[in-house]
Amino acid sequence: MARITAAVTTSHVPAIGAAMDLGKTEEPYWKPLFDGYQESRQWIKDNPPDVVILTFNDHATAFDLNIIPTFAIGCAETFKPADEGWGPRPVPTVHGHPELASHIAQSVIQQDFDLTIINKMDVDHGLTVPLSLLYGQPEEWPVKVIPLAVNVVHYPVPSGRRCLELGKAIRKAVETFDEDLNVHVWGTGGMSHQLQGPRAGLINKEWDNKFLDSLIDDPEGLAEMPHIDYVREAGSEGIELVMWMVARGALNPQVKLRHRFYHVPASNTAVGHLVLEN
Amino acid sequence: MALDKPYKDVPGTTIFDADQARIGYHLNQFCMSLMKHENRERWRADERAYLDEWPMTEEQKQAVLDRDYNRCIALGGNVYFLAKIFSTDGLSFQDAVSTMTGMSKEDYVQMMINGGRSPEGNRYLEDWK
Repeated sequence: MARITAAVTTSHVPAIGAAMDLGKTEEPYWKPLFDGYQESRQWIKDNPPDVVILTFNDHATAFDLNIIPTFAIGCAETFKPADEGWGPRPVPTVHGHPELASHIAQSVIQQDFDLTIINKMDVDHGLTVPLSLLYGQPEEWPVKVIPLAVNVVHYPVPSGRRCLELGKAIRKAVETFDEDLNVHVWGTGGMSHQLQGPRAGLINKEWDNKFLDSLIDDPEGLAEMPHIDYVREAGSEGIELVMWMVARGALNPQVKLRHRFYHVPASNTAVGHLVLEN
Repeated sequence: MALDKPYKDVPGTTIFDADQARIGYHLNQFCMSLMKHENRERWRADERAYLDEWPMTEEQKQAVLDRDYNRCIALGGNVYFLAKIFSTDGLSFQDAVSTMTGMSKEDYVQMMINGGRSPEGNRYLEDWK
């Protein structure tokens, strides 16, 4: 049987990908950030998943304003890194797991989550930067990836509660898949940041760290937080953090913390990262 | 009955909701068109002529020509769509975002290195009065 063993949460700032692609990771601005992921890179080598269900958001790349799915699951064989305006990132094509993805779609829709099924999608930095952070720069990604795209761009976005419950539904789906697979669920985006208007540049270290505490120990309480708190305290783009709730919902109520990291800044953004195990 | 929009009370912030997306539909779709190389070439050759192919308001067109991103957002633009314009201009997110704050790019970058803009005094419209 397939089983979910761990969750990884991380910011997915595009400048982090650019720093890796352009060989800047040893520069004083970037080094402390990449140092914060060394332990996780070793951990994932020692505990390699077969499949990652990677929760991310598209940034007006695959989805424009014509179609805006709240939750979309990628069921394709492959997903190409997208050209976001300056050419695709020089990273490998992402290989999916169509059988497990279709099984999850079937199961999760029957659990009353109206997933959109995507069979063709280029994936942007929201998906590829977390892979780069955990796996570095391999010739091929050593894992299959099921993209789970959440709308956090066009309000209203799904609530933290809805995302947590989706994570629980995904877990049920995975645990009824017959193949013996080690599965991770990742949640990406955040932490505090605002990319627009005169308030741009907002960072809230105290709030971010409380969010990390609650995600680890009190996800049910955290799920009750209304959107306005994310916006007011963590910036308009801080709302991406609802995606971390999907990953947390897929794990046990009590989890083992393997790694925690927080750093400011990466470009406009506060970077947070957790590795949690069941 | 009016919908509840508590985020209207956050200073210096425009939430891209269904109403904003409706106002900004053509503006944002114009931005998406710049994802294609051949469109970027036509845009660079004559920005005004390119804009005139889109059913945008004159205000929206002028805001784009002026690269006034706060105005673009007020008129329904969203930063991830507007990014297609500033990427075509060769600007990073940090370059473009700093222009919305009234700070120089250098001061903005330094603010971020120093830990970013504090939430203190930046939570409610009233804080900015």
